[in-house]
Amino acid sequence: MEVFFQTLVAGVLKGGLYALIGLGMALIMGVMGIINLAHGQLMMVAMYITFVLFHYLGVDPYRALPISMVSLFLLGIFIQKFLLNPLMKVESILPENQVLMTVGIGIVLTETARFIFSSNFRSVMTSYSTAVFFVGGISFSVALCFAFLCAILLTAGMFWFLLKTDLGRCIRAVAQDNEAARLMGVNAERIKVLTMGIGAMLVAAAGTMLMPVYYLFPDIGGPFTRKAFVITILGGLGSTVGAIFGGLTLGLVEAFGATYIGMDYEDMLGLIIFILVLLFLPGGFKRLTKV
Amino acid sequence: MLRVEHIQVFYGDLQVLWDVSFEVDEGRIVVLVGANGAGKSTTLKTVSALLTPASGTITFEGTRLDRAPSHKVVELGIAHVPEGRRLFPEMTVEENLIMGSLASEAKSKRAETMSRVYNLFPVLHERRRQPAGTLSGGEQQMVAIGRGIMARPKLIMFDEPSLGLAPLVVASIFEIIRMVNSEGLTVLLVEQNVKHTLSICDRAYVLENGSITMEGSGRELLHNEHVKAAYLGI
Repeated sequence: MEVFFQTLVAGVLKGGLYALIGLGMALIMGVMGIINLAHGQLMMVAMYITFVLFHYLGVDPYRALPISMVSLFLLGIFIQKFLLNPLMKVESILPENQVLMTVGIGIVLTETARFIFSSNFRSVMTSYSTAVFFVGGISFSVALCFAFLCAILLTAGMFWFLLKTDLGRCIRAVAQDNEAARLMGVNAERIKVLTMGIGAMLVAAAGTMLMPVYYLFPDIGGPFTRKAFVITILGGLGSTVGAIFGGLTLGLVEAFGATYIGMDYEDMLGLIIFILVLLFLPGGFKRLTKV
Repeated sequence: MLRVEHIQVFYGDLQVLWDVSFEVDEGRIVVLVGANGAGKSTTLKTVSALLTPASGTITFEGTRLDRAPSHKVVELGIAHVPEGRRLFPEMTVEENLIMGSLASEAKSKRAETMSRVYNLFPVLHERRRQPAGTLSGGEQQMVAIGRGIMARPKLIMFDEPSLGLAPLVVASIFEIIRMVNSEGLTVLLVEQNVKHTLSICDRAYVLENGSITMEGSGRELLHNEHVKAAYLGI
């Protein structure tokens, strides 16, 4: 039974970070109508920023959090403004082809990281990287708990922003009906730029908070793009609430899979759930919650 | 107030508006009537700068609109109540109204305008926390009109406000449009419901296959033989 609860805790903690990754992906999906296939690669960039700050300047990863978030926010803005939005203006290019552009961006980011940092594995060993505390015989990783807390705060802040501010409403409006939003005076292009910035910022937070307990190499983006994709499909495309449930589900599935079936099957199980959802609940959790 | 001169509009290679010109004077109700596919909605979308004319000019109170971005058009004081209502379905009624008042001036008077809209449509006040997608067609049209009013525009454009509504609701929608106009708002109305529209308007233009074929006062057109045969079925 202890193993079960230990696994549950591990799954939920990981799921919190996955939710953060998925939330950014879902926002981008909703507003731009595209799947951002560079999402994990953006996270990789944030992780390298964290690594560099720690390794060369001795900045603690949690102190580095605002730096990596702002950097990725700017990177996201740059990508949307100069690489993705211009594609929309060329009539012969289908809007869907922006997805291909994100694949290209992902490759460029990965290879640039390889060029600078080589393919070696890196990690950030902080004093608390392996610290744990026990509650009733179940161990909690200090770093992951802190990350989970930050993830909850960021998610709550994000929802407040989306639901209670004009700018947040504009983001939702563009996602729900782009043309009608423009008729309301929303500058849709600017909203897209902002949304990509926010999406990149959220995934940056997840990446930075993972650093104390995870490892890093240039190709780490790919698996996380895949995870982000799975999360958004689980949640229902473009659904922000769904992305949170999707993130938690994936975290739990991976944790239980690793415990009861085998570590090697962790990634596979996520994809099995993905296929099952596509087969039996094609709209994702969005179909159940209607949000 | 609004002057559209010789605009040519294309969807890709397909020309949909041919040399369309018309004028809307301040305080009036002006209508564009015509059959399905005549280019009425296209005309409004061009004024709102969702579409850019290949040539021709659109001026509103002396400002050129034909090359301006759509958010600029809203700021200048033109509200567009689109065909099919186009509410934000997952937002509440209140949020939809808020979305109508993003420009700085409208925003500063948001609460005041909103209570005016709720006075106009008391049922919306009851439903203000409900997602707009769950309302009936008539109520949705009220939200769409309310959202237009929220912008505190000088000119409000309605695209087929009677579409898909029960006859009783249609009558009340037209009543509202007349009321909005009597409060000083200039109205540009696009309709297929020709008889009803011509009876409330000051000036009307007939749009056929993408060009203006006739113009005159509502009364003149109501008695015009061609209009009678083609649109009124008399």
